[in-house]
Amino acid sequence: MSTARTTRPLGPLVIDIEGVKKLYQMGAETIHALRGVSLKIHRNEYLAIMGPSGSGKSTLMNMLGCLDTPTEGHYEFNRKNVAAMVDDELADIRNREIGFVFQTFNLLPRSDALKNVELPLIYAGVPPEERHERAKHVLREVGLENRMHHKPNELSGGQRQRVAIARALVNKPSIILADEPTGNLDSQTGVEIMALFEQLYNLGNTIIVVTHEEDIAQHARRIVRLRDGLIESDKNVG
Amino acid sequence: MNTLYYEFTESLNIAFAQISAHKMRSMLTALGVIIGIVAVTLMGMAISGMDSSFESSLAMLGDDVIYVQKWPWGPVEDWWNYANRPPLQDSHAVELNRLIESSPNTLLEVAVPVRTRSGVVKRGDNSVNGVFMAGASGDYGRIITADFREGRLFTDTEAEGARNVCVLGCDVADALFPAQNAVGQTVQVKGYPFQVVGVLVRQGSFLGLFSFDTQIILPIKAFEKDFGGKTRGLEIRVKIKDKKRLEEAKEELVGLMRRVRGQLPGERDNFSINGAEAFKEQLDPVKKGIAMAGLFVTGLALFVGAIGIMNITFVSVKERTKEIGTRKALGAKRRTILLQFLIESIAVSLIGGLIGIILSSTLGIVIGHLFPKLPVEISPALIIISLLVSAGTGIVAGFAPAWGASRLDPVVALRYE
Repeated sequence: MSTARTTRPLGPLVIDIEGVKKLYQMGAETIHALRGVSLKIHRNEYLAIMGPSGSGKSTLMNMLGCLDTPTEGHYEFNRKNVAAMVDDELADIRNREIGFVFQTFNLLPRSDALKNVELPLIYAGVPPEERHERAKHVLREVGLENRMHHKPNELSGGQRQRVAIARALVNKPSIILADEPTGNLDSQTGVEIMALFEQLYNLGNTIIVVTHEEDIAQHARRIVRLRDGLIESDKNVG
Repeated sequence: MNTLYYEFTESLNIAFAQISAHKMRSMLTALGVIIGIVAVTLMGMAISGMDSSFESSLAMLGDDVIYVQKWPWGPVEDWWNYANRPPLQDSHAVELNRLIESSPNTLLEVAVPVRTRSGVVKRGDNSVNGVFMAGASGDYGRIITADFREGRLFTDTEAEGARNVCVLGCDVADALFPAQNAVGQTVQVKGYPFQVVGVLVRQGSFLGLFSFDTQIILPIKAFEKDFGGKTRGLEIRVKIKDKKRLEEAKEELVGLMRRVRGQLPGERDNFSINGAEAFKEQLDPVKKGIAMAGLFVTGLALFVGAIGIMNITFVSVKERTKEIGTRKALGAKRRTILLQFLIESIAVSLIGGLIGIILSSTLGIVIGHLFPKLPVEISPALIIISLLVSAGTGIVAGFAPAWGASRLDPVVALRYE
């Protein structure tokens, strides 16, 4: 596993967010989760989004992941206007452009690793033969060639997260969006997972990690800090 | 298009994995559908069994034979209009046959006078009660459908000569002559000796009510000589040439009978023409009753079953909210999720339907073995209808929860614990 730290040159613009606001109605109270956020993310970036709870970090992540649309403002993903899209169009973007990695892994418990990784390809309409091949390929990439037919409960936490990462990679997305990817792992396994992200970054993937842990964020090349629904700082790190 | 197909097979896999993971729950849920399908198939079996046994009974009676009688079959309200009709006579039959023979284009073949009553047939100490006695002319052989196991029918000469000869139904023959050939032997009918000239093959019963095998057929003149009955009237059975032209044949017979009876134009018929198909009309309300009861039970059971499936699908959606969120995050569209839960509820319902069909077929076979006379019959159409009905139940029951699941907000669903 290579941990040598290199920064890759920026590619074309992937995410272009301009003046995004998000309001929630909680009973009589209106919550301003995002108060006007602008953010540009390019291909080949390794970005960490940080912030305490209530900072709008999760809302921003949902927005970036096309799980949610802004109340106000512009959002373009690969020059497509996401802000105006309906449910099924968003599902299509998520399927083709975004690879999700969740804190709780979110694997289907009754399916083996291979089936779990194949899932996005089913929704993309990839024929079965090709599905198996591509799923096997990414499982090999994350070092699970010997665990393909294990169910999630037969895998360790680190292995489960690797399956989830393989699932995120399998449809060759524009970005990988990881939400507290080490939150449910012990620190040793967490280090291994972050090394895997480093490796994937070096292989040419664009990675966005949402975290509240400083040392996890330090793996990224750029750190965006949120506070009270606004971007507090946006810095490149070595 | 491909995507839809892959999603469909994926949904099928999920549904069966889900059902096999919750076998007990799925079976309990399917119970309502099972009961409903058993009710509907048993009802269908009873009705189609009644139909087919009716058809075969009709064939036994001779479906190409119509009856001239004083009374119509079936209930009448103005009985006094019928009571005063003159009784039918042997001479009417003779006259009818003369008319039939002289009209070349007739649809009628032959008229046979028949007198009936019931009585005891004895041989030594053995006796059979409640034997159906029929006195007929020598032409009777042309209208009965049964074959002879032994012997023959009495000849015209025997019939005209009022000879004491008889033909036995097979049950009568077997009861009186357990170990020997009945033909040539003598039986006592109401004290009069009759020589057996023939025995009929086994025919079975009419709708399980009246057995054709406990009858005795005598020459009508011998019947009249020994048992009287001239005043009780008789019936004339008329065989027709083409059963497809039954109605025309009936009209012709009415015309001939009016001539025989010397009725004036405008006068009401003073006889009735009866056909076995009249039984059909009597059977219809019975079939309707069974159908109504069956449909009511089926409807009720399927309604309860549908609510059960709906409930369990709601539970299933709730339990797998996070999974739905994950699937949506990975690119599942609304229709994917809708399809997934709909297929699951259809699968539960179809399994219930299949179990129901298996149960009621087994039940039908058991009933058929225990009571061979009871008409039961399961048809492919019934199986297809049952499967369609259970699939429909699954769709109706699963739609609301599946729709709800497909509309879940992925953000909310992912956060659900």
